[in-house]
Amino acid sequence: MAAENQTRKQQKYQRRVQQKKPKPPVVRNVIAAFVVGGLICVIGQVILNFCCALGLSVQEAGAPTAAVMVALGSLLTGLGWYDELGKFAGAGSAVPITGFANSVVSPALEFKREGFILGVGARMFVVAGPVLVYGTLTSVMVGFVHWLVKSR
Amino acid sequence: MEYLLAFLVGGAICSLGQLLMDLTLLTSAHVLVLFVCLGALLSGLGIYGGLVKLGGAGATIPLTGFGHAMVQGILEEIEAKGAIGILSGSFKNTTVGLVAAIVLGVIMALVFDPKG
Repeated sequence: MAAENQTRKQQKYQRRVQQKKPKPPVVRNVIAAFVVGGLICVIGQVILNFCCALGLSVQEAGAPTAAVMVALGSLLTGLGWYDELGKFAGAGSAVPITGFANSVVSPALEFKREGFILGVGARMFVVAGPVLVYGTLTSVMVGFVHWLVKSR
Repeated sequence: MEYLLAFLVGGAICSLGQLLMDLTLLTSAHVLVLFVCLGALLSGLGIYGGLVKLGGAGATIPLTGFGHAMVQGILEEIEAKGAIGILSGSFKNTTVGLVAAIVLGVIMALVFDPKG
């Protein structure tokens, strides 16, 4: 009886939480993500075109572009600006590769006080780690299927 | 026009991520993992290559482009070396971004202190 009461109370509480919890302003968030994410990609395009103007092919230009974008994301994270941008733009700043850099540099800074081995070194990949693990896994599976289909 | 397409494609991918974060229980880390896998799958199906042709950096800069780059590296390696390419290609085109992030991460940790 007591247990049942408890669950009923919990359910009631859950319902209240659902009602009282502020709904995320979805439309505002999506627009902010679109504009900021889009602009970051435009910056990427500018760098890509600059690399191409230096005589690289579009394929070759991909790597230096990624490096410059990672450098920008890292520096802005170090200065504390990227996390401010993240509060405003959400996925708009998290999804581009600058956000990947942010996900590496931000915990590196935060866990500096735990030392450079177990703090910086270990925590750097707290988000980037799962991305690499499952990205690698998926790409290897795709590659395996491609190889099977191709070699038949 | 190139810049407009980069803006539109990149913006669309990011707002899809935002929708997932706001309307489901997925956190940004979940969305990033999902996107890299999604990019890899769409790349394998030959769809993401078309998106890159259309959107340029708008398709390569978001994390879906990272998954695409991993798969393209594998396909290039399979083409060149056969089956071993399945294991050797993932980081062929992604090393630069990754190493840059690691090196700069340590440098930033040396130079800056966390805010707040």
